[in-house]
Amino acid sequence: MSDTTLPFRNPTSETVLARRSLIALAVLGMALLVGAPLLMVFAEALAKGLGAALESLGNRDARAAIQLTLIITAIALPLNAMFGIAAAWFITKFDFRGKAFLITLIDLPFSVSPVVAGLCIVLMFGANSLIGGWLVAHGLPIVFALPGIVLATLFVTFPFVARELIPVMIEQGRAEEEAALTLGASGWRVFRTVTLPNIRWALLYGVLLCNARAMGEFGAVAVVSGKIRGQTATMPITIEMLYNEYLSVAAFSMAALLTALALLTLLLKTLLELRHADALAATRRH
Amino acid sequence: MRPLIHRSPMPGLGLSMGITLTMLTIVVLLPIGALLVKGATFGPGNVWEVVNRERVWAALFLSFRLSLLAALFNLVFGVLLAWVLVRYPFPGRRLLDAAVDLPFALPTAVAGIALTALYAPNGLFGGLAKEVGLKIAYTQWGIFLALVFVGLPFVTRTVQPVIEEIDREVEEASATLGATRFTTLRRIILPMLAPAALTGFALSLARAVGEYGSVIFIAGNIPLVTEIAPLLIVIQLEEFNYDAAAAIGIAMLTLSFAMLLAINLIQIWSRRRIGHV
Amino acid sequence: MTAFPALLLGLSPIFPLFPRATAPRRSQKDTDMLTTIKLAGETLAQGVKVQDHLDGRVTIETGRERLTGWPVPRYLRGALSVLALALLGLGAAPQAQAEALLNVSYDPTRELYREFNEAFAAHWQAEGNPAPEIETSHGGSGAQARSVIDGLGAQVVTLALASDIDKIAATGKLPADWQGKLPHNSSPYTSTIVFLVREGNPKGLKDWGDLVGEGVEVITPNPKTSGGARWNYLAAWAWAEKNGQDPKAFVGELFKHVPVLDSGARGATTTFAQRGIGDVLLAWENEAYLALKELGEDEFDIVVPSVSVLAEPPVALVEGNITSDDQRKLAEGYLNYLYSPEGQAIAFKHFYRAWDASKAAPEDVARFPKLELVDIAHFGGWAKVQPEHFGDGGIFDQIYVSK
Repeated sequence: MSDTTLPFRNPTSETVLARRSLIALAVLGMALLVGAPLLMVFAEALAKGLGAALESLGNRDARAAIQLTLIITAIALPLNAMFGIAAAWFITKFDFRGKAFLITLIDLPFSVSPVVAGLCIVLMFGANSLIGGWLVAHGLPIVFALPGIVLATLFVTFPFVARELIPVMIEQGRAEEEAALTLGASGWRVFRTVTLPNIRWALLYGVLLCNARAMGEFGAVAVVSGKIRGQTATMPITIEMLYNEYLSVAAFSMAALLTALALLTLLLKTLLELRHADALAATRRH
Repeated sequence: MRPLIHRSPMPGLGLSMGITLTMLTIVVLLPIGALLVKGATFGPGNVWEVVNRERVWAALFLSFRLSLLAALFNLVFGVLLAWVLVRYPFPGRRLLDAAVDLPFALPTAVAGIALTALYAPNGLFGGLAKEVGLKIAYTQWGIFLALVFVGLPFVTRTVQPVIEEIDREVEEASATLGATRFTTLRRIILPMLAPAALTGFALSLARAVGEYGSVIFIAGNIPLVTEIAPLLIVIQLEEFNYDAAAAIGIAMLTLSFAMLLAINLIQIWSRRRIGHV
Repeated sequence: MTAFPALLLGLSPIFPLFPRATAPRRSQKDTDMLTTIKLAGETLAQGVKVQDHLDGRVTIETGRERLTGWPVPRYLRGALSVLALALLGLGAAPQAQAEALLNVSYDPTRELYREFNEAFAAHWQAEGNPAPEIETSHGGSGAQARSVIDGLGAQVVTLALASDIDKIAATGKLPADWQGKLPHNSSPYTSTIVFLVREGNPKGLKDWGDLVGEGVEVITPNPKTSGGARWNYLAAWAWAEKNGQDPKAFVGELFKHVPVLDSGARGATTTFAQRGIGDVLLAWENEAYLALKELGEDEFDIVVPSVSVLAEPPVALVEGNITSDDQRKLAEGYLNYLYSPEGQAIAFKHFYRAWDASKAAPEDVARFPKLELVDIAHFGGWAKVQPEHFGDGGIFDQIYVSK
């Protein structure tokens, strides 16, 4: 047999067999690891029908939990977006010593166990600490109240926006901004007309990541929440409480809702990528 | 000596630095500082005494070992997944692509409960595994599985854009020069992916080391065997032993920080080496 | 550090944007900020603002010409108003109201207090008081006590162990002699530890000694994190003492038969009942009955061992968190109602061994078999037991030392 009898094969791709087996491997792995747990959440939620599932979400405590989670997310996201932009600007537009160290510090919350994060916040702002004691005395409790949960959420989602923006802004370089400055534009204008259009997709992507994580955080929030039903119980905390009360349908309904919110976030992200594939490809060079 | 901050015509130095440092201080540095202060008042000797116990070592070793294994698995599987998602068109690719982020979004407690239910001996997959004599839930396999789950998105998400950017001409050139496809993949493609894959690996590892919510359900929590380090902290907290909790927290923090710093340095070095900024 | 003044200076431009959002007029300095205006339809123009008109329009200087139109909010303005809202939200943290009560309790009492709170609210209103707002919080007993120590504003605590309330008392939030303030050592109900086995008791487990048999798997939560598990441990200890065995060796052997150590009582029940792990669950009596009720009577049996413990979950008023006389009255009423015949009946109904059966349903009372119960005093009290058995390096820790 000579080479010429072989069917034509694209030299920059793998054989059909290799491709198919790789696809099968990827799909199987994802199905076992991600697909099955996801299906299970919805199956358990709907075990007694849609009516029972919806009913369990309608009571006062469930609504309060949903509301609380949304409020926390609404507070944490803009703060994190602001921080992400500022940090990315600071890191990519200026040269200073200790940059790697600063990036490491920003990344740090990511590798800190949520439990340790909660512990840190309690040690810092708990009623027995210096600052916490003062704040409690002045009627502004941090731990076991909204601010503590927001802090915990901010902590665990801290690096996400910055992490997305920094590589993009490194890639963009400073030339465009410098040109705009030379032409006399003000700082804000440069940011809004030059930088922001370049980073908006990365920014949105980071915010969506942040959103996904903020809604689902459990470990850190569990330490600082106090778990008061209807007051400081977020959706993940409520899920755990309901599950522990043998209210499986209610627990998984809430979990399914939370998952659905996460899926919605992912859907937005996917739509974004579909509609702006080119813009994204241009800005997501790492 | 180099100046602390180079002069630059760029505006917004004060503002961006102000926001960055203020938020960093309030959200991250102050709380972590409080932990360190707690450790300092407890005394370094006492901290060491708490950490230097067999159970603590066993838990730290278990956490880091399984996290490393899980991150390695994710490194291989994540690169494979990214490659499949970028290069091979097949029905349902978008769905698969979107699903990659799910472990990130799914609340960890929910993930833990769902994984345990599936992989327990009377669960769907756990039952199958039992047939072949493998116990997953309540063993180190279970912890491994949960850690793979939480770290899954990172490698794929960092490698994907790099694969998208690879110039096909490079591969064509390689093929023209007589390299087999395998050689091209090994000698040309993989080195290009390495820095991004390393980043993803680091993120996956970092996430896994601290994971609590999902692991706690599926691990058996038996001391010396399936007890993870974050659980030890929770145990100390339940005993009102803030000092010991802080001590173990500091040990984990130090290890994580050293790991991240090393990886960031490697990353900067590898970026420079392949010509990025 | 030179960085610090720069930091403060750097911050100053952003602050006026929050609190002074309602400032009547922008200062002259603001004009060098860019303004975007809408001219007609989708046409936008951007330039330096030169004039504000009374009707809200503005005139801008684009460099080539002057244009007048409706200003478009700066893109940041939306984000900033969210931020301002956020800060308001931070300020408006949930505040305890006068007629509100927070009961911080432990894991297995969820069902009990759900019903009790409703009954008490009805009783309280019937006595001519305004409707109280009663919240409960549940979790591991130790973790809950820690939350109260760290500032969780509970007026009432109902925990698993007296030692947990002692810890709160140590901070001065309630007097050290709190346990003498209410009848029965401040324990309105008691419970004990029993075995929950699979239907028909296939392994034939009758007493503590059977648990260390070949191939028997025992499920219990971790005594380090669960109050109930400490009672499990002590019950096994007491049996070994009474049967001439070395208690330390017996308990050590028992924990070698434990394949999963959950952190709380509910986790252990789930592992046993829903995951199918283990042959026997060491459980609170009330948890065992509840599991039968919730998870199927035909799947499990309750086995009562020859010796068990008298667990006295105590309740207390947290003086330090009482903010008004009305609230004190409410909290005292709440605790006293636990001892009333009605309150006791609810405790019986939820499978607790309460004291006063006068209003309880007969079947709720008849359910409990008689067995030999050992109380904590037998072990020397919690102050001695806690560090000796469950403290760092205590007897329980010594079980888990690799050979």
